[in-house]
Amino acid sequence: MHILKRLLSCIREYKLPTILTLIFILGEAVIETLLPFITANLVTQIQESSPMNTILRTGIILTIMAVISMLCGGTAGFTASKAATGLSKNLRHDMFEKIQMYSFENIDKFSSSSLVTRMTTDITNVQMSFMMIIRMGLRSPLMFLFSTVMAFYMGGKLAMAFVVVIPVLVIGLGLISKYAMPAFHRVFRKYDKLNESIEENVRAMRVVKGFSREEYEKKKFSNAAEDIRKDFTKAEQIIALNTPLMQICLYFDMVFILFVGSKMAIIDRTIDIGHISAMLTYGVQILMALMFLSMIYVMVTMSVESAKRICEVLEEEPTLHNSEQSLELITDGTIEFENVSFKYSAQANKFALENINLTIPAGQTVGIIGGTGSSKSTLVQLIPRLYDVSEGSVKIGGVDVRNYDLTTLRDAVAMVLQKNVLFSGTIKENLRWGNAQATDQEIIEACKLAQADEFVESFPDKYDTHIEQGGTNVSGGQKQRLCIARALLKKPKILILDDSTSAVDTKTDALIRQGFREFIPETTKIIIAQRITSVQEADQIIVLDNGKISAIGTHEELLQSSHIYREVYEQQTHGGEE
Amino acid sequence: MPDLKKRPQPKKGVFSRLMKMLFSFYPKLVPITIICIIFSSIASSIPDMYIQKVVAIIVEALENDWNWNKASAEIIPMMIFLVMLYLLATVAITVYSQLMAVITQGFLNKMRQSMFHKMQNLPIRYFDTHKHGDIMSYYTNDIDALRQLISQGLPTLLRAGTVVIAVFFIMMYYSFWLTLLTIVGVIAMIAVSKFMGGGSAKYFLRQQKSLGDTEGYIQEIMNGQKVVKVFNHESVCQKDFDEINERLCQDSYRANAYANTLGPIVMNIGNILYVLIGVIGGLLVLNNVKNYSFSGSVLEVSIVVAFLNMTKQFTGNVNQVAQQVNAVVMALAGAERIFNVMDEIPETDEGYVTLVNAEISENGEVKETKKHTGQWAWKHPHQADGSVTYTPLKGDVRMFNVDFGYEEGKTVLHDVSVYAKPGQKIAFVGATGAGKTTITNLINRFYDIADGKIRYDGININKIKKSDLRRSLGLVLQETNLFTGSVLDNIRYGKLTATDEECIQAAKLAGADDFITRLPNGYQTELSGNGANLSQGQRQLIAIARAAVADPPVMILDEATSSIDTRTEAIVSAGMDQLMKGRTVFVIAHRLSTIRNANLIMVLDHGKVIEKGNHEELIAQKGNYYQLYTGAFELE
Repeated sequence: MHILKRLLSCIREYKLPTILTLIFILGEAVIETLLPFITANLVTQIQESSPMNTILRTGIILTIMAVISMLCGGTAGFTASKAATGLSKNLRHDMFEKIQMYSFENIDKFSSSSLVTRMTTDITNVQMSFMMIIRMGLRSPLMFLFSTVMAFYMGGKLAMAFVVVIPVLVIGLGLISKYAMPAFHRVFRKYDKLNESIEENVRAMRVVKGFSREEYEKKKFSNAAEDIRKDFTKAEQIIALNTPLMQICLYFDMVFILFVGSKMAIIDRTIDIGHISAMLTYGVQILMALMFLSMIYVMVTMSVESAKRICEVLEEEPTLHNSEQSLELITDGTIEFENVSFKYSAQANKFALENINLTIPAGQTVGIIGGTGSSKSTLVQLIPRLYDVSEGSVKIGGVDVRNYDLTTLRDAVAMVLQKNVLFSGTIKENLRWGNAQATDQEIIEACKLAQADEFVESFPDKYDTHIEQGGTNVSGGQKQRLCIARALLKKPKILILDDSTSAVDTKTDALIRQGFREFIPETTKIIIAQRITSVQEADQIIVLDNGKISAIGTHEELLQSSHIYREVYEQQTHGGEE
Repeated sequence: MPDLKKRPQPKKGVFSRLMKMLFSFYPKLVPITIICIIFSSIASSIPDMYIQKVVAIIVEALENDWNWNKASAEIIPMMIFLVMLYLLATVAITVYSQLMAVITQGFLNKMRQSMFHKMQNLPIRYFDTHKHGDIMSYYTNDIDALRQLISQGLPTLLRAGTVVIAVFFIMMYYSFWLTLLTIVGVIAMIAVSKFMGGGSAKYFLRQQKSLGDTEGYIQEIMNGQKVVKVFNHESVCQKDFDEINERLCQDSYRANAYANTLGPIVMNIGNILYVLIGVIGGLLVLNNVKNYSFSGSVLEVSIVVAFLNMTKQFTGNVNQVAQQVNAVVMALAGAERIFNVMDEIPETDEGYVTLVNAEISENGEVKETKKHTGQWAWKHPHQADGSVTYTPLKGDVRMFNVDFGYEEGKTVLHDVSVYAKPGQKIAFVGATGAGKTTITNLINRFYDIADGKIRYDGININKIKKSDLRRSLGLVLQETNLFTGSVLDNIRYGKLTATDEECIQAAKLAGADDFITRLPNGYQTELSGNGANLSQGQRQLIAIARAAVADPPVMILDEATSSIDTRTEAIVSAGMDQLMKGRTVFVIAHRLSTIRNANLIMVLDHGKVIEKGNHEELIAQKGNYYQLYTGAFELE
């Protein structure tokens, strides 16, 4: 119920088409039920050889009714699709907007692929059922109601046929849906899993072939597919009972009406031929209405899952909020960590960072070294408030980062993420993410600094080269350099490189750092790296181990004081103890 | 309709191929189903004749003041016949609807399986040149379209088609005039649905495209959401998205509006036709117009009444056929894509040299054996004299003057020669695109060389059965791919017969045991989504353990340690050294420190070997390698 309310609140400007749809559908349903009644009159008139004029008049009335019904139905078709596609547009808009407000924590919670499914498949499902509901959801019960009333009104005793058939059908359809739905739910979940495993196989094809596991994979897949076939067949067989049930009810009606009807016509003379034929039509209409109702029921329950998933996104509370103070000026790039501790979720029992104290004067270059899981990335992500500290505070320019306006803060702190992406579009367009107003000259300068200019110039289209989605048409090292250039264009006070030159060769890597020293001396630079060479000339190097600072110092100092640092250094320069 | 031509037109023959498959999979069930469908369709058309007869009797009875006994004598036998017919029809309907469930799912399962099986046999080239998303859509969208066709489209066409034909003849039996009128109405209906359907098809195509665009955009932004945040790009993205979203809404609105409107319009044309039949029929009766029909009977009110129902049935079924046309076209297009996959040329394997367990006696004599000895030999049958020779598996790999290009005319490797003696460590160094990975692609025959030769223990690798060749080569790639399943299962992938102990041993060797035992469920921890719950380094360690358990004589490590931090690498490299002991190893590494101890380092540039030698030699040469290796130091 709550979900329904939440989704319906997104109808907004499409309320009018929704209501219009309902009105037109009402009109259509009324006429549709009156049609057989008046047709019955027509039949009777023909049968009784009424005068031409009477027959013609009835004919004209009927034609007009059909035309009105056509107009109603047609218009409702338009308004229904306006309303449904509008709703899905609004839902998609709201979801996208909400996701833009998410913090990293929120994003981590939903995976990106699950967000994509929610915004595409799930919304399409909801759109389809919404359209179905406003078109059929009202129409079918109305048709059912009107037809039943008319049948009783017109048919008298004949309507007894429906008294028997309707409960049978309702119970039958109900039972079928009740058993079919969980079966379908199960099957769809398995089906998703099967498709995931296909995707996994396609992606890992080199591994499959490398280990000659083709036959093994075939067997694995066959078993899973066979399993699905069994479940799917069962589910479909249950649903397939609908057709014979419908038909036998219909047949019963026909025989009953024909037989009893003829008896009534001949013995009691209480009914005429026209009415018998109208009763047959009502019979079909009643059954069809019930059939549609059960279809709607099935479809709606199936899309409830989708609706839930959409609501989850809409109702997720962003865990990061802009501060009330919203300072919009950052004086300099001094960074301080005061007793900072952090864990990714309140429930986690282990801190990812514990008791970090650090002072980085503006303009310094700081290197961070540490093993996998030592929380290097976590540490720097606290600076532009990608996550908020659990305890303690992070300050820039002497002010707690939580007191800055978020946009101001993130504009001042340029971060090149470890898992970085370029977007489809030209190189220039991508770089302008850093600064939408950047001139071509500024772009070239940033690229020169990031050692990207040379290879960009070697492309036929140079800076207008189109980047494919995911940046697949540039090499890993080139991508990293473009990402650095993009960050440089922000002219940040603080520049953070999170393992951003791992695919760049050592020489280029050194050139980039040299450029930083020469051209952006006031910018505070934090470099996370695997290679000692990337950090060894830094003003201070932080050695992180298991979420704690193990040592801080210059290269020379650390060689003396930190066994971890020395170990890594020796391993990289001499290839370990040999 | 010009619009109709814009619909994707599947090639001829797709339909008949589909039908042939359907029949060959279910040679009994499919004909039974067809018979049941046709029977039940005809059975549901016949009652119209009876309604007419009953009505005629009633009219007669009323006119002649019959009593019920007299009328019932005629009506009751008819009713009995009708009930029998209906019972039979219900049985037929039950049978075919149940069979359809079996056939549909069985057929889809077979299609899925044969596509998947086929895919396993396709060369790597296929996967390198086709987008994974496209391949996936064969399994999802195209199979779903087929499901629609087989479970609904075909039965509807058959049923509705039968009814239309049957009703048509019944109508002709009674009256040509009224039949003609019905046909005119139906033609009008078809014209309208063709027009509307054309519009709808056009907009559905557009909607499909907009949907694709929207999906692509969402996918891109969701994947880069963190970058969006870092760059404060939220509002810009929102604006772009709203534009795309609006376009999708428009296209989808039009597509659905056409489709929604079609139903009521066609239905009401049916209603008008119904009225027309009534009125004109009535007029014909009143004016005693001469009736032409097969039965030769006079046009009576009872015939007009029966006609009313027949018209409804006729138009309703024509309508059903029309509605299926779109679905059929879409399904056939999907079927065509599926057939295309099935018709792809599979990876050929003309190799006949196989890898067998061997016992090697002291004098070097090799004997084939069934049991696992830890020693292997190449079994080489000679066609000329029918003799078989055995060569012990050593791991001696040599490439002579190899040329290769992924596309014709674009050579990626030029004249590359590599000699790797058993137990040697060969390293490839060079920029991205220099051809390092390409060389390894050629050794395990993911691709075949254009010119030159490759010898494995002196045997031309083209003569070795591919599965045996690859079995003898351990592979660890930069991009780790793990499978859904437990950590243990993933390690066991390297050797399916490995015991738990062997797997744990391999993990220890790779230095992975430490972190695995710290996972919530240790070796039984379930991995999902390519091991999304592990760090990249941890995934890499599992991949190394997977290669270790296979215990191959030759290993290919393609940037295997690139995402492991240097400290962890120190742990791994100890394991790796253990692992590499006594094996021929090809290493591609970014961090030059990891390959210092290689027996031979080959520096590649643009597909050519520009330097080769061991570390000391290359450093002494002061060439390219020296530049690369000391690049950073030099600048200090």
